[in-house]
Amino acid sequence: MTLGGWIVMCLSVGGVTLFLGWCIYRVVATPGAVEHLHSQADIETPDVEEQ
Amino acid sequence: MVDKPSGRETWGTRIGVILAVTGSAVGLGNFLRFPGLAAKYDGGAFMVPYFLAFLLLGLPIAWVEWSMGRYGGSRGFNSSPGIYRVIWPSKPAPYFGVLSMIVPVMIYMYYVYVEAWCLAYATRYLFGLWENNATSEAYERFFSAFVGKNAHGAAFAQAAENLLTSSVFFLVVCFVVNFTLIYRGLTRGIEWFCKWAMPALLICALLVLLRVLTLGTPDPAKPDQNVLNGLGYMWNPSTEHASFWQSLANPEMWLEAAGQIFFSLSVGFGIIVTYASYLRKNDDIALSSVTAAAGNEFCEVALGGMITVPAAYVFLGKPFLQSLRDNPVSTFGLGFVTLPNVFNQMIFGQIVGFLFFFLLFLAALTSSLSMLQPAIALLEEGLGLARKASVALLGFITAVGASFVVYFSEGLTALETLDFWVGTLALYLLAAFEVVLFGWVLGVERGFEELSRGAEITIPKIFKFVIKYISPVYLLLVFAAWCYKEFYANPTQLQMLRTKPVALACVVFIVIVGVFFALLIAQSVRRWRKLEEQQLKRLQAG
Repeated sequence: MTLGGWIVMCLSVGGVTLFLGWCIYRVVATPGAVEHLHSQADIETPDVEEQ
Repeated sequence: MVDKPSGRETWGTRIGVILAVTGSAVGLGNFLRFPGLAAKYDGGAFMVPYFLAFLLLGLPIAWVEWSMGRYGGSRGFNSSPGIYRVIWPSKPAPYFGVLSMIVPVMIYMYYVYVEAWCLAYATRYLFGLWENNATSEAYERFFSAFVGKNAHGAAFAQAAENLLTSSVFFLVVCFVVNFTLIYRGLTRGIEWFCKWAMPALLICALLVLLRVLTLGTPDPAKPDQNVLNGLGYMWNPSTEHASFWQSLANPEMWLEAAGQIFFSLSVGFGIIVTYASYLRKNDDIALSSVTAAAGNEFCEVALGGMITVPAAYVFLGKPFLQSLRDNPVSTFGLGFVTLPNVFNQMIFGQIVGFLFFFLLFLAALTSSLSMLQPAIALLEEGLGLARKASVALLGFITAVGASFVVYFSEGLTALETLDFWVGTLALYLLAAFEVVLFGWVLGVERGFEELSRGAEITIPKIFKFVIKYISPVYLLLVFAAWCYKEFYANPTQLQMLRTKPVALACVVFIVIVGVFFALLIAQSVRRWRKLEEQQLKRLQAG
């Protein structure tokens, strides 16, 4: 493992960890965020309701 | 939508929503495909085009897809050909939807097969079917025999010998589970999976990571095969094979890095466009998409990148990883020949191995269930078919495709070829079309107005410039460089088409499926026109 390798690893792993931390902070700190947040998993398609 | 206690947000609901959003983005791309590609393209150097593609393509195009989907949905369309036609009222617009149909449907054909491998490995751990203290060569031999890597039709021959331990059996099980859930409209349960399976998968992955980092030098006879050298193989920017700059000069690496970002974020699939069309006008799409992307990147880079490649180096050695460049064991396959070695070295390895592969199977299931929705939406909206008839038709098409992938298993040629031409190139082309459609036809101002409505974060204005100019130019340059390499300098994919009839057959199969969807879109356009004329007549009469 070279110095370059350590730098790439720390920047990559640290960067994505900080990014996820920031997102969690925004969701937790923003009032009402939970009401409006969505993922593909929680979106219901109307054709399923019609069945 | 999620049933949330309105006006009474607890920490539990907030964490639940975060887990549901981040969990929905996690799939096979994170733990299996990414490490395979990183190993193929010299790890450290691969991270440069990878992160550039994330910032300049993946994230902006995710916003593009969410915005265009909700824009089209508010105008009455859920299928991507319909949405493209609303945004760009022209004859060719809906036909670009061919890409958004073949991408998810054809990726499904091999994705569900890899999902079946996860289920099979989980079952083997559950029933303790692995040999005690098996060698890394034994795991490699098992994987080759299991997927029929040595000859075409070998997987079916294995099924004829012993059905219950064959990959074909597990594929059938996965197919039945997928289509039962889709056919009966039970996909709502996915949200529950995400809330519970996601943290469990994270804990499992962290345990595995901890074990990988403490492996040291498991075989004293091979002192070079230690975890530090394994991490070096994954992260060092230059290798003895190529310098950092030489690695960066490979256009295929840039194309595959962008393809990986699209694959793991589900961008350029046409899936997000369809799902976003079902959202309400003031739902957030900005923070939702960023949070999903962040969860995905964490699992991919911080967990997937730290586990599989270093473990493969320690147990299988450098020559094995280097051989991936010329003769890939499959970008998805690396984890299946590597991780059993890690579980073999762990306390409670059998339990952790079962949980890891089973939770990975659930993560893959959540992804595969959503892959058919774009085509279902087209069949319903364009042809007026009922959901169950649409699902049955797609079940037949994907069963034919998956059988093709399973039969042509020598060197996993069919899987690898489809993964490149559909899972990388077609994703890339669809993403290019969508970013141009958003930036130049819908217009960045109108597009950002849609993106900002109900947004819980403010997207920096610089991304207007990125979407309009940087992303299209980036996509064009990488594509041009890849074409130059393939047609003039060093053809690899085109060479495969010339030398391997199965690879050529895969491309012909992609074209046939493409023509089928083009005909469906043509029929849909005729139907939409007729409906629009009837509506106009009613308005004039009224």
